[in-house]
Amino acid sequence: MMRFFCILLLSLSVFSSQADVSTSPKANMHETTETPSVVNDALIIQASKKLAASSLRKMPAQVKQFAEIEHPKVRYVLTQLMNGDLYYVKATKQIVTREKDTDGSYKIWHGISKAALPNVKRSALKKVKTNNAIRKSIRGLLAQLDLTSPDKGVRLAAMQELLSKPSDETVTLVKKLSLKEQDEDVLSLMNSVIYVQQLSSADAALQLEAAKALQNSLEPSVKNALEKTLAATDIKNIELRKALETAISKIEQKRSIFSIIENLFFGLSLGSVLLLAAIGLAITFGVMGVINMAHGEMIMLGAYTTYVIQQVFPQWIEYSLFMAIPAAFLVSGFVGILIERGVIRHLKGRPLETLLATFGISLILQQLVRSVFSPLNRQVAAPEWMSGSWQINPIFSLTYNRLYIIVFALMVFVALLLILKKSSLGLHVRAVAQNRDMARSLSIKSDWVDAATFGLGSGIAGIAGVVLSQLTNVGPNLGQAYIIDSFLVVVFGGVGNLWGTLVAAMTLGTVNKFLEPVTGSVLASIIVLVGLVLFIQKRPKGLFPQKGRAAD
Amino acid sequence: MQLKKLLIASSIVASGFISNLTFAADTIKVGVLHSLSGTMAISETTLKDTVLMMIEEQNKAGGLLGKKLEAVVVDPASNWPLFAEKTRELLAKEKVDVIFGCWTSVSRKSVLPVIEELNGLMFYPVQYEGEESSKNVFYTGAAPNQQAIPAVDYLMNDIGATRWVLAGTDYVYPRTTNKILKEYLKAKGVKDADIMINYTPFGHSDWQNIVSDIKKFGSTGKKTAVVSTINGDANIPFYKELGNQGISAEDIPVVAFSVGEEELSGFDTKPLVGHLAAWNYFQSVESDENEAFIANWKKYIGDDKRVTNDPMEATYIGFKMWAKAVEKVGTTDVDAVEQGIIGVAVPNLTGGTAVMNANHHLSKPVLIGEIQEDGQFEVVWETPDTVIGDAWSDFLPSSKNLISDWTAPVKCGNFDVKTAKCSGQNF
Repeated sequence: MMRFFCILLLSLSVFSSQADVSTSPKANMHETTETPSVVNDALIIQASKKLAASSLRKMPAQVKQFAEIEHPKVRYVLTQLMNGDLYYVKATKQIVTREKDTDGSYKIWHGISKAALPNVKRSALKKVKTNNAIRKSIRGLLAQLDLTSPDKGVRLAAMQELLSKPSDETVTLVKKLSLKEQDEDVLSLMNSVIYVQQLSSADAALQLEAAKALQNSLEPSVKNALEKTLAATDIKNIELRKALETAISKIEQKRSIFSIIENLFFGLSLGSVLLLAAIGLAITFGVMGVINMAHGEMIMLGAYTTYVIQQVFPQWIEYSLFMAIPAAFLVSGFVGILIERGVIRHLKGRPLETLLATFGISLILQQLVRSVFSPLNRQVAAPEWMSGSWQINPIFSLTYNRLYIIVFALMVFVALLLILKKSSLGLHVRAVAQNRDMARSLSIKSDWVDAATFGLGSGIAGIAGVVLSQLTNVGPNLGQAYIIDSFLVVVFGGVGNLWGTLVAAMTLGTVNKFLEPVTGSVLASIIVLVGLVLFIQKRPKGLFPQKGRAAD
Repeated sequence: MQLKKLLIASSIVASGFISNLTFAADTIKVGVLHSLSGTMAISETTLKDTVLMMIEEQNKAGGLLGKKLEAVVVDPASNWPLFAEKTRELLAKEKVDVIFGCWTSVSRKSVLPVIEELNGLMFYPVQYEGEESSKNVFYTGAAPNQQAIPAVDYLMNDIGATRWVLAGTDYVYPRTTNKILKEYLKAKGVKDADIMINYTPFGHSDWQNIVSDIKKFGSTGKKTAVVSTINGDANIPFYKELGNQGISAEDIPVVAFSVGEEELSGFDTKPLVGHLAAWNYFQSVESDENEAFIANWKKYIGDDKRVTNDPMEATYIGFKMWAKAVEKVGTTDVDAVEQGIIGVAVPNLTGGTAVMNANHHLSKPVLIGEIQEDGQFEVVWETPDTVIGDAWSDFLPSSKNLISDWTAPVKCGNFDVKTAKCSGQNF
């Protein structure tokens, strides 16, 4: 599986036509500090006051005017406005920016000169209004400004922004810039822009040239432009039509390959979430044979631990997950041991009672969380490095959080495998699982092993909770959503077999994700469930049944 | 000395008891039927608290008809059949004069037969799919024409959307709303190929390929908008995935009908900024009533960070209307209040007036707000006037000819204007 994943990633990097372009536009916010001419200084201040006083309706025109001023701070002010960080003093219409200090007070700066304004009160400020339309127009305007930026990533992003709707004036600009452009990626995008423009030219030869040149571009806007041209082309112009059709079908072909890879990635990522949720159960249910309906609540406790950690250390959000993983393991593991010692061990050999008792425990834990933390969902922040995506090419990107989760799930799996196979605890666990009486007579404390195993399984569930807190809501019902899936995975994979759990989780995830686009997600889960029932009919012990005497 | 203290204490306790007893015989009972446990507790607990706050306020102002109000709170535990049982308990055993309750449509449908059989009175405070009008229920939330249709108009006219994704959770409200929206869009000339409909189960958390599909659907060069009837919990992973896959509100705006201030308060709103919601109320609306309401709420709940939302306003309006109607007719008798409340007007929280119409629905303004970074909404558009709630959609063939009018002489929840017949069934 690992090797397969590596091959997948490798093949992706071969396919990718562009390097990482995820550089945020923010990186370029504070730049040049050359001294502006005095005339432009007065202009920009006047224009900025107009900006502050403008109504939403008149704003786009004001923004455009503002962008036309030649002043090094234009870009900075517009970026602030786009990010919703621009304020103005109600009385003077003076634009300012502000930032929250660690002690909760606000630092306020002059919007243009960036001089600190210690005398301005926060209550005297009002936000400069924006909406989607304004943000969009600012993005377009910034893209034009960015075309000359020294940073390659910024130029790339700017070109992509312009590609969707190239105006004559931008194309002339791009043509001029492309002569000087050194970077290949930016240049190819620039050429795309020029060719897209050329597609709509009146000269059929130029069109033909453009159609041929564009067949390797994956930008969605290129495909749209090609299709539009095809629809507008005269039927008699066979040569051009053919060229357009080939270009489109070539692009289509590539897109379908990427969409399969994308689905595979989605499947594996769903699979890894299932794996994390189920692997703890694979130990408690698979190895110990305890039907633990409170398993989902162990996951929930892990997620709440993450929340508590973030509340206690609000300044370390970026590292909170690393702290939460061991903490969640300990909290859930401890609760797991309590449950085992307090309830489950008294019900040994009575599966029905165990099921009912643990179900009761799950309800108690849910209500406990409701009483302690409120029934509302809690906010768990995602660290910066978990957000965003790795843009491999214009139509294919991998989201970072899913990527990390796949890797992390596999790490947990390997770690667990090592514990069971190599450590003395693992040896004892396996011994007790295979033959309790024999293990006892060899002086293994089976009670202690039971508690440790249950704690281990519950602890892993807690770790799953940390991961899920990044993907879904942290609320009292978090666990319920995953308990059924977890049981499905364990039963499908074969009780008591970790490898089976891995394969089952990945299979279920991938099958689900390949079915979903065809059938819709409701029907997809039904089909998976029915398929599973039929499979269990045929092979009651799952994919990888335990063999030999241990199976009885 | 000790004995004296004890005597005084016990007499105080006793007098308290006695006054309580006399009290109990002479109160107006208000039933509160909101889930306090289970999946819906997240939304409904707030409404229970709202009703309790309103009752407390009313009592401070002297109660109603010279009597104090007394809340009877029950917990239907997000269990739909239990809603019917608890309604029966409230009406038959507790003999409440009015019920404020329900959130999901399925719970309301479960309550309907009971409340009609025992002739109770219920105020339902949540936006819903319409296609219903019961004599015993007043719908203070939005009907589709007070939320969904204006939102689509806004996207079509102001944003210029020509391609539509209708995404919803798989149950009655999204299905019916999307049916209405689809008919509406087609009537506006949108082709089938430009409409993508997607349903997901409750609490769906893995949105990867749906978001990726939306991205592909939206990359054809036509302006694409998502109309989301995704319910509660599933929203947050949905928006997270949108953010992670780099879909911003500028490219593909999402307008949601179930995302309000309360839902956002449990969430890092960075990736949501600019996405839209359509409601009849936002906490950010500036008006004297709203300011007072928010201040009261924060004080009552003892948490300065708690937010207010649209269903709370609907509860507020419903309560005020009921109180006004009771005062108007001088009794809490269900039939008298039911007739008396029609035409009653109370100020809403957005600076206008809400009127109860003959079809048991309100006149409300429709607001579209953009999500801000602080989890609040900035109003970007609103209807010039209030919109009258329409119980039966004009865009569905099956309900085109139906109207609801509970005043004489029609007195019918589903009157067919073509055949001039009342189908007899009340909802």
